[in-house]
Amino acid sequence: MSQIHITTTINGDETEYLCEADETLLDVLRDHLDMTGSKEGCGTGDCGACSVVVDGRLVCSCLMLAAEAEGRAIETIEGMGQGDQLHPLQQKFLEHAALQCGICTPGILVAAKNLLERNPNPSEEEVRYWLAGNLCRCTGYDKIIRAVMDTAADMRGAA
Amino acid sequence: MSIKGATHQDLAHDSAAKHVTGRAEYTDDIPEPGGTLHAYLGLSEVAHGRIVEMDLSEVLAAPGVVGVLTADDIPGANDISPTGLGDDPVFPEDSVEFHGQPLFAVVAESREAARRAATLAQVEIAPLAHVLDPVGAIEAGYPDVTAPLKLERGDVAGGLADSAHRIKGRMAIGGQDHMYLEGHIAFAMPGEDDDVVVYSSTQHPSEAQHMVAHVLGVPSHSVVVNVRRMGGGFGGKETQMNLFAAVAALAAKKWNRPVKIRPDRDQDMIATGKRHDFVADYEVGFDGEGRIEAVEGFFAARCGFSADLSGPVTDRALFHADNAYFYPHVRLRSRPMKTNTVSNTAFRGFGGPQGVIVAERMIEEIAYALGRDPLEIRKANFYRPGGDVTPYHQQVEDNILERIVGELEESSQYQARRQAIRDDNVRNGIIRRGIALTPVKFGISFTATWYNQAGALVHVYSDGSIMLNHGGTEMGQGLNIKVAQVVAEAFQVDIERVKITRTTTEKVPNTSATAASSGSDLNGMAALDACEQIKARLVDFACENRGIAADEVAFLPGRVKLGADEIGFDDFIRQAYMARVQLSAAGFYKTPKIHWDRAKGQGRPFYYFAYGAACSEVSVDTLTGEYRVDRVEILHDVGRSLNPAVDRGQVEGGFIQGMGWLTSEELWWDDDGRLRTHAPSTYKIPLASDRPRIFNVALAEWSQNAERTIKRSKAVGEPPFMLGISVFEAISMAVASVAGYRECPRLDAPATPERVLMAIERLKRER
Ligand code: FES
Ligand code: FES
Repeated sequence: MSQIHITTTINGDETEYLCEADETLLDVLRDHLDMTGSKEGCGTGDCGACSVVVDGRLVCSCLMLAAEAEGRAIETIEGMGQGDQLHPLQQKFLEHAALQCGICTPGILVAAKNLLERNPNPSEEEVRYWLAGNLCRCTGYDKIIRAVMDTAADMRGAA
Repeated sequence: MSIKGATHQDLAHDSAAKHVTGRAEYTDDIPEPGGTLHAYLGLSEVAHGRIVEMDLSEVLAAPGVVGVLTADDIPGANDISPTGLGDDPVFPEDSVEFHGQPLFAVVAESREAARRAATLAQVEIAPLAHVLDPVGAIEAGYPDVTAPLKLERGDVAGGLADSAHRIKGRMAIGGQDHMYLEGHIAFAMPGEDDDVVVYSSTQHPSEAQHMVAHVLGVPSHSVVVNVRRMGGGFGGKETQMNLFAAVAALAAKKWNRPVKIRPDRDQDMIATGKRHDFVADYEVGFDGEGRIEAVEGFFAARCGFSADLSGPVTDRALFHADNAYFYPHVRLRSRPMKTNTVSNTAFRGFGGPQGVIVAERMIEEIAYALGRDPLEIRKANFYRPGGDVTPYHQQVEDNILERIVGELEESSQYQARRQAIRDDNVRNGIIRRGIALTPVKFGISFTATWYNQAGALVHVYSDGSIMLNHGGTEMGQGLNIKVAQVVAEAFQVDIERVKITRTTTEKVPNTSATAASSGSDLNGMAALDACEQIKARLVDFACENRGIAADEVAFLPGRVKLGADEIGFDDFIRQAYMARVQLSAAGFYKTPKIHWDRAKGQGRPFYYFAYGAACSEVSVDTLTGEYRVDRVEILHDVGRSLNPAVDRGQVEGGFIQGMGWLTSEELWWDDDGRLRTHAPSTYKIPLASDRPRIFNVALAEWSQNAERTIKRSKAVGEPPFMLGISVFEAISMAVASVAGYRECPRLDAPATPERVLMAIERLKRER
């Protein structure tokens, strides 16, 4: 099978890669680009561990073909902070101890950031339903929801 | 000034900064060396049968395939039974015993190639009759996978006969998939001679090491197993990883290349063990006040095709079939039944929850029969002076439930809310509400007494920095940070000076599984022992060097007091090093006081008990059976918490997981023995949207362990899981309201909306 050449933007950097027609974006991120922050929890779009943002839209990278990334702008967990500077959500997740094993955390952070960009003032109900696509087996979600609400309040205050 | 990161402080998980940036490395994130091969399992598509022929030629011919592994390729023993019963082959030789049993492995240049090739096998199996559930297994005369247990005290027949009231019932209790977000995985690197190093996400590295050695036919010293962190475990990675570790190691040695094996989610759920399903028959005798006189209980468990850990799991179901209540006369029996399903295994609570829920069912039965509040019946039956002996003849010495339940009853305003809910339900609305306050008492210790030991290795380097290694594994529960806090406090240094390293069989040998909630109890004590040894040498050195008495030496925050002088910790260590003081120690701990005679059913299997209570309120739609959890209050006992932030997280997570077990998580096998709920698309764990609308969790801050555990803390991993029962019983109350609370709805678990609706319809008909 001939490989496909893709030019895309990942976390603001122009990136090129070669992929097979049947490879997912998640495979390419993890296996070819050494960006292992996105995780595979199911491979079928049901857990959110692989969440990334493509052109502003939250997607499961396990459900998107790598070849579809041509010309798009992709954001992953690796680009969430700036250098050593954590994003406010990351900071709040630390403060609220909103994680245990941590394997769902990157996907949840990517999803939560996308929510706050769309809606800086979400209700708790909206946070809970927005994150319903991201499974966490450890925490019971409470601290995650509180951390997102708290970040939103802080970011509104700062804006 | 005190140090940063002492015990009893809120501290974030030690890897938290890496978790939030995606830089925490899990086994699948380890960079693959060039030439890495990938293995994938081929599974049986028959539940029970004789293997007539296994034709793997098409598999071998598939693109990218390097070879296959079958039972014939095993140089050592083809067995990974954790209890040495010899009933757990890596790959079967003559017969298959469950749908989904691994038959062979394909090894290929890429995971995708291996995965595709695995589907090409032509396996001919002559089917035999199969049995899927424990009741069917008893009827079919299937054997127990391991010896049953009986616990007995008093005169049950007499007690039942003398009781004013008697109720008999049956309850079916579903199993549960672990659904750790990181599935099974093992990555083996071949070394020289017989050596192999396996990176794996296992809760029990020592057992994986021993199993790999056993399968390869080499001594344990040739095998190293490393675990940095797991993406969740919950018991599912205690024995179930052994197969993957063995396959990766076999392939790595055979082809002399690194080999990784990672099943996809469906295969993980189909081929690896789960929580045991039970069918429990009970008979309870009680007086007009609801005081229990006698209990007879019979617990049949679906154990799957092999014993695995079913012995201790079904034992623990009996150990917890009293939950918090005194049974004057009692007989409890288990039947760990063989079935043609995947072998059931450890899962948070380890059989305990299945015992506890039956105790709570009996309470519910009594309450509905007498027209009382179940909480009143609970209180009437708590262990108490003069009524403090368990069915296994251990005395309950540290009972604090009355206080916990009393405080929660008050803070949650249980009585007023219950009344309001009953008033509301009388109005005959479509939405009915329910509330329940249920307690838990959970025995802490491995019931296999020899497991209650742990080791740790502590090095103080000459610059004063400290490296900590212990036998426990980190799966998100915060074990590493807790043990590091113990070490920081022992030396009075800031926590940043203590580095926590991966768990490896090279540093601490013969460890027990990180299980039974015992991680911090055991490993914290072992680490403390190592620290105390090093400190004793340092004190000796100071006395000798300075001519001062031992009581003139004190470890103060970041420094050491030496008679009238004080010097920094790092300087002191430097001086000790120059004076040739040994700055490394191996610590060890074994739990005192415990003993257990299984044949007699008597002893003290548990060092102590952990307690807790939860009050849950739900709304149920009586037209659809759907429900939601409106409010939950929890008061839980962790003794003097080593790290309250971490412990609260365990309580919240455990509760939600327990709620999932009893509500939405349903394992469904079809008649052919095929598991039909084998991915998150069909198997539903709680979501963020299911979190109770109001959720208040508190630790009983006044509690401290009556026993001399590490800093008087208590284990926290498993006990809160059983608090989820309050949701189950609140649903039951809402259902009961449709028939005026005259009848116990006898919901089976999980109470899926479908089951709830059926119960509502049944009660309406019988009304
Ligand atoms: S891995 Fe993509 S949604 Fe689960
Ligand atoms: S922290 Fe483990 S899955 Fe969320």
